[in-house]
Amino acid sequence: MSLQEFFAMGGYAFYVWTAYGICFVVLLANIILPIIQRKRLLRHLALKQKRHNL
Amino acid sequence: MKPVRRQRLILIALMVVGAGLAAAFALKSFNENLMYFFSTTDVSAGKAPQDALFRLGGMVVKGSVERPGDGLMVRFKLTDFSKEVTVEYTGILPDLFREGQGIVANGKLDGRGVFVAEEVLAKHDENYMPPEVKASLKAAAEQKKP
Amino acid sequence: MFLIPDPVGRFFHRMASPPHFYALTEKLMPWLVGIFLILLACGLYGGLYLAPPDYQQGDSYRIIYIHVPSAWMSLFIYIVMAVTGAIGLVWRIKLAEIVAISSASVGASFTFIALVTGSLWGKPMWGTWWVWDARLTSELVLLFLYLGVIGLYNAIDDKRTASKAVAILALVGVVNIPIIHYSVEWWSTLHQGPTVTKMDKPSIHVTMLVPLLLMAVAFKFYYVIAMLQRARLELLQRERTANWVKKLLTEPTP
Repeated sequence: MSLQEFFAMGGYAFYVWTAYGICFVVLLANIILPIIQRKRLLRHLALKQKRHNL
Repeated sequence: MKPVRRQRLILIALMVVGAGLAAAFALKSFNENLMYFFSTTDVSAGKAPQDALFRLGGMVVKGSVERPGDGLMVRFKLTDFSKEVTVEYTGILPDLFREGQGIVANGKLDGRGVFVAEEVLAKHDENYMPPEVKASLKAAAEQKKP
Repeated sequence: MFLIPDPVGRFFHRMASPPHFYALTEKLMPWLVGIFLILLACGLYGGLYLAPPDYQQGDSYRIIYIHVPSAWMSLFIYIVMAVTGAIGLVWRIKLAEIVAISSASVGASFTFIALVTGSLWGKPMWGTWWVWDARLTSELVLLFLYLGVIGLYNAIDDKRTASKAVAILALVGVVNIPIIHYSVEWWSTLHQGPTVTKMDKPSIHVTMLVPLLLMAVAFKFYYVIAMLQRARLELLQRERTANWVKKLLTEPTP
């Protein structure tokens, strides 16, 4: 099977790759968003604590 | 377990059972409406609505597909292995439409008892296999026949 | 439930203590991600490359490798959410409440993926993006249940009260789970019946089944990873004034 054939998915490329693309994006967002939010919260709390200690 | 907790647990159990019963009764009373399509036996028995759109499901009878005109009009028979209904449809059929395949058609009955479809959807089965396996299964089935 | 041996009880008590949970999940994370990535790579390679095309659907059936595991996860996560919610209601264990609400967003995502990939599969095969049959409609109701849980939780400021409200909503919604599963048997639907969980032998060729099961296990690991990430955030938000968080902040960047 050539690479071209693989990406063509027997003529169903649009449906198959859109499905996999959407799945990948949603799953990635579910991991990254809470990590970003947690880092932001930690920074915010650290800043508050520093101010409090001064 | 402390009495308070046991009480809460019983309360929760009652709530879930109650919700389940309510749902069961609701589904039972709407049972007919939850059916996505009528079977060909329903149509033969006159259970399907007259002069109104409804969906008809069944298996395309092998060897029944014909194109009487030179246009896109297709005529075929649907069966649930007990009664057959003739269907006419003008338009593009889905990729999976073929003889021996389950389909669901949306349309209404005309005066002749023919189901005139406005839309045809293919219903695929739950079997997945490579083409070679299907071919060998078919060959094996034919060998079994005398 | 009534006679829990002391060491076991102590183990769970220690597990459920927020600082211990926070530290433990951090240590576990690389292992979970590693196993997930290996399973995912094997599943995708098997499903997209090694598995042969289907005798009827050609290559379009390859959507099964994300559609079916996502649909399974949408039901599985809902049950986890309802059970941990009930544990939170009865025993008032903080960590159970956090696991329940952290599962909601992951479950909603899997439900969304199941619906969208199903639609993308339905268009070329059935000939339509969407039909209002029992299976598709009950899965859509599941998405609204998840969104209802998330919305309700965010609408109530006191998070302990919010957790109680959410647990009750989740428990009432449990009735939808058997409806989704049996919808294809109880009513006539456009959606086909179950393939793998059929009582007789699964009606899928083994070369196609193995990647499907690999993907299913991979998604289970993914759920644990995503849920724990949410739970860590949720825990910090709830415990922001606790001593262990203050200690955490004085340590070099976590």
